[in-house]
Formats: sequence, C-alpha cells, structure tokens
Amino acid sequence: MEKKLETPKNWNLETLEDGRLVLNMGPSHPAMHGIVRVLLTVQGERVSDADVEIGYLHRGFEKTCENVTYNQCIPYTDRLNYVSPLINNVGFALAVEKLMGVEAPVRAQYIRVIMSELSRLTDHLTCIGANAMEMAAFTVYFYLINAREELYRLTDAVAGGRVTPAYTRVGGLTQDLPPDFRAMTAEVFKKVRKNLSDADKLLTRNRIFYDRLHNVGTISKEDAIAFSFTGPALRSTGLPLDVRKATPYLVYDRFDFDIPVGSNGDNYDRYLVRMEEMKQSMRIVEQALEQLPAGPVNHADYNVILPPKEEVYGNIEALMAHFKLTFEGVKPPKGEVYQAVEGGNGELGFYIVSDGTGNPWRVRVRPPCFALTGGLSKMIKGGYIADIVSTFGQINMIGGELER
Amino acid sequence: MSNYLLETFKAKFPDDVLETHAFRGDETVLLKKEALLKAAAFLKDELGFDFLMDLAAADYLPREPRFELVCHFYSTRNNYRLRLKCPVAEADARVDSLTGLWAGANWYEREVYDMYGIKFDGHPDLRRILMYEGFEGHPLRKDYPLRKRQPRIPHRD
Repeated sequence: MEKKLETPKNWNLETLEDGRLVLNMGPSHPAMHGIVRVLLTVQGERVSDADVEIGYLHRGFEKTCENVTYNQCIPYTDRLNYVSPLINNVGFALAVEKLMGVEAPVRAQYIRVIMSELSRLTDHLTCIGANAMEMAAFTVYFYLINAREELYRLTDAVAGGRVTPAYTRVGGLTQDLPPDFRAMTAEVFKKVRKNLSDADKLLTRNRIFYDRLHNVGTISKEDAIAFSFTGPALRSTGLPLDVRKATPYLVYDRFDFDIPVGSNGDNYDRYLVRMEEMKQSMRIVEQALEQLPAGPVNHADYNVILPPKEEVYGNIEALMAHFKLTFEGVKPPKGEVYQAVEGGNGELGFYIVSDGTGNPWRVRVRPPCFALTGGLSKMIKGGYIADIVSTFGQINMIGGELER
Repeated sequence: MSNYLLETFKAKFPDDVLETHAFRGDETVLLKKEALLKAAAFLKDELGFDFLMDLAAADYLPREPRFELVCHFYSTRNNYRLRLKCPVAEADARVDSLTGLWAGANWYEREVYDMYGIKFDGHPDLRRILMYEGFEGHPLRKDYPLRKRQPRIPHRD
C-alpha cells in the first residue's frame, strides 16, 4: 500500500481500505496541551501509525532575537519554557557571557543555581500534576499546583515576576536576593515536601496510576540516543546523562547531588525519575543557601552590565556606559559559542553567533522537547489511543520552547 | 594550540577540512558539505560521538557561500563535544541527510528546510514543520523581512 494512503494529510475522518481509521487528535484537544496535532491511523483501539504535527505556537523567537540587543532577548527567553523560565534566563546569559569571555561574580552564580533549581521544581511539579490529572487523579493536580504556586511566589519575591521573571542580565542579575530569602525558602520547601509526599502516597503505589504508566510509552536506550533524547526521558532508560554532572556549569560541581535513573524507559520510570529529581533539586538549593557567599551580584566592568544608578547620576564614565549599554547593548567579539544547561526536560542549548555588533547575528535554541516530541510517534505506535495521553504528558512537551 | 580531535580530523580528511578553530573552547571543524555524511559516520562509529545534539543552520547573507549548516555532537563515552559546520551555497542548497545515522535528525532537518530552504538528500519526509503548507519563503533567511505579511491561504476541506 502506498505511504500516501496511510496518512492522508487532510482533516476528514476516513476509513482506509483495510478497515483502519484515520483519526485526528488535536490540535484542540484537552490532553494535547493546546497545540499539537497527532494524526493517527488506528486499528480498533491500537495506534498503527502516527504523524505528529507541530507549529501552532511558532512566534519567531530566533528571528526576533536577531533584531534586538542581547539583554533584550532575555524577556523573550522567559517564554521559551514557560514553566521553568529561570533556566532559560540563566542559559542565555551564560551563553552570551561565554561568548564575551566574562564570568558573573560567585554570588550571582550561586543565586543562578538556586533559581534554576526552583524552576526545575516548578517544571516537574507541572508535568506530574498535569499528567496525574489526565489520568483522572485530580486531587494530585491541586496538591502539586499548590506547591508550584508557593514556588512561584518565591520567584516573585526574588525577581518580581511569577512566570516571566527575566531575572538574569549578561554579567549578573537584575537584583540580589531579598534579605529573608532563606527563611522564605525553608517555609516553602516544608510545604513542597508535604505536598510531594502526599502526591507520592496517592500515586506511586496506586494500582490504576501504575497500570496506566507502567510499560507504556517504552523506548529503548539505543532509540533514545538516536532520537537525541535528553533529560528525564533519557535517564528513564538508564543512561545517567545530566549536563549538571557531565559538563558542570556555574557552581554545580560544588554540590552533592544524585542523578536518578530508571531502567525500563517507560512512563512510570519517567515519573519516578522526576519525583526523585525534585528532592535532589531541594538538596542543591539547601546546600547553595548554606554556602552562599557575600559580595556583588554584578560584573564589575561597566561595559558588560549597567552601572548602579548612583554612579550613573554621579559620574560621567558611568553615565556614558549606561547610555551606550542601553542604546547599543553589550558587544561580544566576533565568534560563535554553544552553551548547554540542564533544563527541566533535558539539555537546553544556546548557539549564538556574534558579528561584533550589539545585536546577535544568530541565536539558535536547542529545545529539549523538540527531540522528545520528534520521538513521540515512535513511542505511541503499537499502543492504545488512551495511552497517548500518558506518554505525551510524560515527555512534558512545552509549546513555547518546542516551536519558539 | 594543538588539539587531538581537530588534528585527527585534519589527518583523516585532508582534502575536505577547510578550517578548524576552538573559540572559547568549542572545538569546531569547517568542512566541505560533500564530506558531511562520511565525517558524521566517522564521528559516530569510530570516535564514539553517539549524540547528535543539535542540527541548525545560519545565514551569512552577503557572504558566498551564504548558508552554514551547524551540527553539534556529543559523546557520552568521552564526555566531549564537537561542532561540525558546512558551507552551503544558495544555488546548490542541498546536503546529505543524517537521518540514516540518527533518527532524531529527521525533525532538525525539517526545521532547517523550513527556515532556510536547504534541502536534504535522502530525507524520508522533507516538509515544513513549524510553518504551514503554503507559506511563502523561508523566515530565518536574512533577506526575509521581519514584518513581512503572508498571503491568505485558501480554505482546506
């Protein structure tokens, strides 16, 4: 039979000659998180072929970035993975700093680690919460989203924004941590731990949840590598690859934390990996707060980051630097760099090419869930239609970074 | 500065390597596009680079050849990264597909085709991925205006 006949590219329900049915899942489907269309060819309840179609949330992030200054890109990076925006902020700032050959002060690096881990927590909480809700465990959704809300409020207190913090700048941060941050974090973590343990009791040994996830959406280690999987989806197959450990950036090499791995490569393992990673993230934050050094959070050079306002109004050098940075932006030398950070879903990479001016020549984002969604059809083929929901939930597709 | 990986590449493909550099520690090989497939296979099979982390392109408009295909590889065995780049001219915007080596190259190449119009020989299903069928032009090319409007597409049944 011709390939054309198997996946017709139109919107109609259609019965093929051999009795299979062409079924449209999404783009407007509650479990497709809004914006992905999966064209299924089904034999009864079994998926025999699947074509994942994306692009409904494409906003031209990369094109936009080529037309603004480096620091103006940072608010746009919030909108990449909008459940873990701080990791994107940090990744972009790190890439530009690498391009310029500068480093943020140690205190700023610690704060970046703390904020990245808080973002990882919100990312995993959203993923598991939404996944549980789609498996009909609605209570868990509220438990986890309440925990996420606490973390968002913490982010809000630090950066001045719940989901769109735009917290980093090239060479530093917008502001230091609030004075009572340690006490606030301890308070929030107490609630997060309580809600996590409640969710754990409701889900991990729950017969229905286990049956819906175990041996569903299985992918082998070899296939996961071939599809460039990273993050929890790769680690669920047993490969302990984590950018934080493999090629440590910031000050991740100063903390003691573990990389949880699965063994089956199925949805249940991905769930377990995420649950454990959240505990490890909290461990990292607590260690970082313990070690947090005093000092400035911004680079000392006024050619890298805006000088403090008192200086701008007080001396001509700072005023000129302020003017030049505002209008022309930082100017990295000609060159190209690739900087990877561990996002919520896996390796988030920024490839930036500079032509020596204040606007980047090329900004390329390597979104972790692009590769994951590319492997989705492989993971759902042969399974039941209902299982697509759990697999799709566990690869944690985030439209903002998938389609940029 | 001598570098084992870059030297290995120069010795293995003396006629194909155009340039190497390690700006900010990112080891980069610029090679002819005809050699991309065999160089990638060499990386995968003999040097242990098992991950194709990223595949993208860049447009350097007034320059000729205009495009550059940029691949980032990662080796879990040696915990090492390498960047491979190939210049691609607009008149002959065709490159061999890497889908035979990495299944994940499928979507990356579709995106490069969508955004830059570079075609991949041997790709099983080369069509637009982020843009829709009927979109005119390739949006990440430097000569595509930032605020260009697209014509309305006819209603599909």
